[in-house]
Amino acid sequence: MKTFCSVWLLLSLVELSPAPPVSQEPPLACTGAPGHAPQSETAEDMASTGDLEPTHYPARRAATVALHYLNTHHGSPFRVFGLQQVHKASAEDVAAGGRKYKLDFSVTDWASGSEGPALRCSADVLFPQTERHSGPEVQLRCEALQQINRTAQEEHAFYQRYISPDSAVSARDIPDSYGNVSEEMQPFWRLARVAASFIMLRESSERTEFNMAQVASVAQQGSSEEQLMLEFVVLLHDFPSQEIIQWKLLASWSPDRGVRVLQTEWQPRCPHATKPPN
Amino acid sequence: MLPGSASLDKKPTMKGSIMWVLLVLALVVQDRLAGGLEHKSYDYTKYHTMDEISAWMNQIERENPDVVSSMIYGQTYENRNISLLKIGLNSTTTKKAVWMDCGIHAREWIAPAFCQYFVKEILGSYEKDSKVNALLKNLDFYITPVLNMDGYIYSWIDDTTRLWRKSRSPGTGNCTCFGTDLNRNFYANWGMVGISRDCCSEIYNGPSPLSESEAKAVTDFLGMHQNQLLCYLTIHSYGQLILVPYGHPNISAPNYDELMEVGLAAAKAIKSVHGKSYKVGSSPDVLYANSGSSRDFARLIGIPYSFTFELRDEGQHGFLLPEDQIQPTCEEAYQGAMSIINYVHDKNFKSAAITVTATLWTTLTALWISSTNVI
Repeated sequence: MKTFCSVWLLLSLVELSPAPPVSQEPPLACTGAPGHAPQSETAEDMASTGDLEPTHYPARRAATVALHYLNTHHGSPFRVFGLQQVHKASAEDVAAGGRKYKLDFSVTDWASGSEGPALRCSADVLFPQTERHSGPEVQLRCEALQQINRTAQEEHAFYQRYISPDSAVSARDIPDSYGNVSEEMQPFWRLARVAASFIMLRESSERTEFNMAQVASVAQQGSSEEQLMLEFVVLLHDFPSQEIIQWKLLASWSPDRGVRVLQTEWQPRCPHATKPPN
Repeated sequence: MLPGSASLDKKPTMKGSIMWVLLVLALVVQDRLAGGLEHKSYDYTKYHTMDEISAWMNQIERENPDVVSSMIYGQTYENRNISLLKIGLNSTTTKKAVWMDCGIHAREWIAPAFCQYFVKEILGSYEKDSKVNALLKNLDFYITPVLNMDGYIYSWIDDTTRLWRKSRSPGTGNCTCFGTDLNRNFYANWGMVGISRDCCSEIYNGPSPLSESEAKAVTDFLGMHQNQLLCYLTIHSYGQLILVPYGHPNISAPNYDELMEVGLAAAKAIKSVHGKSYKVGSSPDVLYANSGSSRDFARLIGIPYSFTFELRDEGQHGFLLPEDQIQPTCEEAYQGAMSIINYVHDKNFKSAAITVTATLWTTLTALWISSTNVI
């Protein structure tokens, strides 16, 4: 009888204790896991299917993912693409769960400045629906991509300059607080942007929209297998959460092999948790 | 020989020198006054510290006493005076008003730069440009160059603080993080969507609505002037967007169609300057859903034309917009803002002749109706 009463009491206690509200997390010393939708109370699944308005965010977020994919494949110290415009977009639910976007958009090469021509691209972007986050899958076609090879000479010169054994480039805050990037640092900024695109691509979902806010630091490592080896710390900005997310990464580059990202490490940023610097 | 003649030949008189000095002084003073806003010393193409901006505000007020006065309307968490510049000409008719604030978010440095540019432009053109003159005659402009002063100052400390966004109030309870997102803290569907209850988050909406003194200051001012205010503009970066209320996806402003029309016209005006495309729409459409924004609050209390500007760029530099883009960004944003302000003005201030005619027709029509209605 006693056992029964205590068990019954225990059970009722368990039932009565309130489950924590889904949306409420305990105050953290640092921001939560990187890349995923923030602990924000955005209404779930607002994205529609069918034709999408090209100027609205669902189309733009998917196009940004395609852009990151493009940069991982075709970016270099002398070529980084930016999204110019989304022309057409549609989305449909996929049998395995998740949503697939069909996009028609244009990009420009930031390295060409304002005179650069726009490249037309089409892409399929699939955001899978999985228990744990897995990155989107992209299929991409851009016109006239092969024809853009004017940068080969600059790439080669850049490579020759920095592949020498005693080269040890290191710098901080690119751009600086005033938006300045020195001539010499421009290619390193672009390399960081391309390398960061690997991370931005992998971490993207329908509820994120990433840009690279700043290169916190670049430190050249000893060259390996004729690759320039660079350790970057990049600060990514996510629109919906407005968070600045810090990643350390190790990337290699050569004109032949392009950019490869070898290691990535999320670095929790807790400037808000410390006393203000004096 | 006369007694004084020797001295006349040898040196200029004291009187002559004084006259000459006075003449030169008069010319210099005249030149400074006539210049109005010839601020060769203030560089509108550079980012400025809070101290520089405060000094600039004082200078603007001093140099334009007939048109400019400053008002302190609240305090920041760190007890700084929040002040605005009130710009307008004296008028015998009732005046309406336009509100503009910049720098709700600390890291968006281009926004305060734009407020300063805007002030310079209207003060530099109202004497010669009859359209701007009419605006200043019929409207008072309330312009806050930096609303989140604590955050802005913090973002200037060093490279690790540059990307700060929120206020600088300390966290409450167990929270060790600082700051509330001022643009989620207003009493406008507070806490409903697009916020975080994690006080370390960049979109933390505060322990309660208007917990932040900066948001309270704006709220109080808007409330006191709500009958006067026609237009509320809040300036941010980045993204190249013009946002209309509301931030909640299920709530539409009653004049949404008109707001979209006016916004699209502003985007067209922007594009005509340097070819930059600004997208127009409600926040949940073109950016993300959010609540507790100042723009939504302004619209909710009845200020009919309420917009958020997100200035350059679209992500290449983001918050770290290079100084050589300050001028072109301000030029295009100015045309966008003026497009809205002119629309709002023209809708509310018809010329005298038209008013007389309208009154006549109204009177005649009323007479006719009353005569035909006699039973």
